[in-house]
Amino acid sequence: MKVVLENLTKIFPSRNKKSNEEVIAVNNFNFEIPDGKLIGLLGPSGCGKSTTLYMLSGLQKPTSGKIYFGDDDVTELATEKRGIGLVFQNYALYPHMTVKQNILFPLQNLKGEEKMSKEEMLERAYYAAKLVQIDELMDRKPNELSGGQQQRVAIARALVKMPRILLLDEPLSNLDARLRLQTREEIRRIQKETGITTVFVTHDQEEAMSISDLIVVMKLGVVQQIGKPQEVYDNPVNLFVAKFLGTPPINVFDGKIKGGKVYIGEDAVMEVKDAADQDVIIGIRPEGFNLDENGPFHCKLENVEVMGRDVSVVSTNAASLNPVIRSIINSDNKVNTESETVRYSIKPHKMFVFNKETEERIYFEVK
Amino acid sequence: MVDNKQQWKAWLYLSPAIILLLVFTVWPIINTLRMAFLEGYSAQAEVGGATFEFGIGNFLKVIEYKKFLQCMQNTILLCVLTVPISTLLALLIAVALNSIKGLQKILQTIFFLPYVTNSIAIGMVFAAMFNIVGSFHGTENEIIQTAGIINNVIEFFGGERVNWINAGSQYWANITVMVVYIVWNALPFKILVLLGGLQSINAQYYDAAKVDGTSRSRVFARITVPLLSPMLAYVIITGFIGGFKEYTSIVGIFGETMGPPDAPGRLNTMVGFVYEALENKHQGRASAAALILFVIILIVTRLNMRFGKKSVYY
Ligand SMILES: Nc1ncnc2c1ncn2[C@@H]1O[C@H](COP(=O)(O)OP(=O)(O)OP(=O)(O)O)[C@@H](O)[C@H]1O
Ligand SMILES: [Mg+2]
Repeated sequence: MKVVLENLTKIFPSRNKKSNEEVIAVNNFNFEIPDGKLIGLLGPSGCGKSTTLYMLSGLQKPTSGKIYFGDDDVTELATEKRGIGLVFQNYALYPHMTVKQNILFPLQNLKGEEKMSKEEMLERAYYAAKLVQIDELMDRKPNELSGGQQQRVAIARALVKMPRILLLDEPLSNLDARLRLQTREEIRRIQKETGITTVFVTHDQEEAMSISDLIVVMKLGVVQQIGKPQEVYDNPVNLFVAKFLGTPPINVFDGKIKGGKVYIGEDAVMEVKDAADQDVIIGIRPEGFNLDENGPFHCKLENVEVMGRDVSVVSTNAASLNPVIRSIINSDNKVNTESETVRYSIKPHKMFVFNKETEERIYFEVK
Repeated sequence: MVDNKQQWKAWLYLSPAIILLLVFTVWPIINTLRMAFLEGYSAQAEVGGATFEFGIGNFLKVIEYKKFLQCMQNTILLCVLTVPISTLLALLIAVALNSIKGLQKILQTIFFLPYVTNSIAIGMVFAAMFNIVGSFHGTENEIIQTAGIINNVIEFFGGERVNWINAGSQYWANITVMVVYIVWNALPFKILVLLGGLQSINAQYYDAAKVDGTSRSRVFARITVPLLSPMLAYVIITGFIGGFKEYTSIVGIFGETMGPPDAPGRLNTMVGFVYEALENKHQGRASAAALILFVIILIVTRLNMRFGKKSVYY
């Protein structure tokens, strides 16, 4: 089912009566989530991801704006009537119940026409458990499970009612790196298998990029950009988005546009059309550098890290806003490690130019 | 591990605590045992040079004693009535207090007041409230008017006044007053503990329950009570232990006669029995009764814990 957010806003009033500092946790969020897709809600800590999710779940009421599930306005609908499944940041499994009881619990709450027989409930519970591969752990208590297993129980509990929408709040944040990788694949698989529209909150851009159909990048309650992960990566609308996506992170420089040329420091790295003269910030992805003996961009070579297929070249430049410049280069290209300097030419589609004040992207054509 | 040479230092530092424990805890326990097993022991007689034979006569005397059986009955009856009632009430009040927002602080204070009030004083107020007539010692032609507020209320609603605690009152009326008083007295501590327990339950369980569409009564029965079970067990166990040591509350209501004027000692408890025996210089008998009380408390606590293990969830 599609979900529509319309001018969704959440303001928390100030605690302190003297200072009138209210928090705008979510600011005018507009988005139509297509049916059956996995959406990654991405942003730094405190940007309003959980708040958005809680408004979708109905646990928090929006200050203004509307939420539609399909064509139904659910803005005022109570949580339990929305038919959602929610996986909490720390799972919130009932500690005194076994895995089986935890998964059965939502079914036992059903009333009236939806009420099920015991056999039916068990069947559903085992189906959900199988989906997340925990059907062998049904008689354990949550504290006898590993973090990853607990998380899968939480997903099974959220799935067992066959919710219309599945909401996941940083479900992987408590797992170690390996388990995290494994479980995110699993979430993707389960989502594909069930076809349930899913919203997945995370502050880990890699996680969001790897499993989402669409990502939403937020900052301080304001949506910055929405799109397919690759599109957003290749075409960030502002400096924040460019910086937030990608590992290793994008290299940023002080620069200017003057006379149809883009300068980093004193080096004119590119000729462009239709761009007014101004001071700018320039972002270049690590994979955006070509080693080039005659390249326009001069850097001081610091060291070279071999990573197998690629090498990572660490260099410095006075105009760089990061302590070092990190470029990823195919290891077929030999770097002269004896040399003091390294020269690059820049791949145009990997370089983004931003207005120095607004940090918004400046679009232009490369000559 | 502590170096062997250093060990004497450890003992030295521990010695103040150990000496205090030996003098005020270990020795009294040993002495109680000794006195209980010496036939007809009396400290005064011992000082006078008398010797006593070893035996279980003190225990037999205590058990045979009708007064002791009455004390035991009172104690157990009060325990069995007050612990469940006060625990249940405390649970409901704590849950209610936890769910309201505005007046929480003030109400908490009000509910906590009895805890910091002298229980004899509370007892006197209760005695006045349950009084049938204006005076404890009123004679037939002295006073006619009902004075106790409880009887005033009963009469206001058209009921018959009840003789709760005065001369001529019934046993069940006395017990009712005691139950009300003990429950009221026990509430603050229990509410405090349970409220603390409630506030430490992660709010996310309730959010999860909401998402799962759980009704209020099911949230209470399947989530709140189980998650509170360690606190409940604690409150019940300490409630029973306190209940078996009941004494002051009886004094608070009935004075040292431990019963209405025409039936002194009718509401006496096991601890009261021990005090009485001590007063009459029967230290042997008092020790024996204290040991019996100790064993009963031990058994009840063990039972409580065994039952608790099954129902305390984690
Ligand atoms: N109940 C509340 N009262 C007041 N302010 C709140 C409340 N809940 C959240 N906020 C504020 O709203 C903003 C957004 O919070 P939110 O929990 O949505 O962040 P988040 O994006 O989920 O962050 P994280 O990644 O750390 O979980 C924060 O500035 C937070 O301090
Ligand atoms: Mg959050």
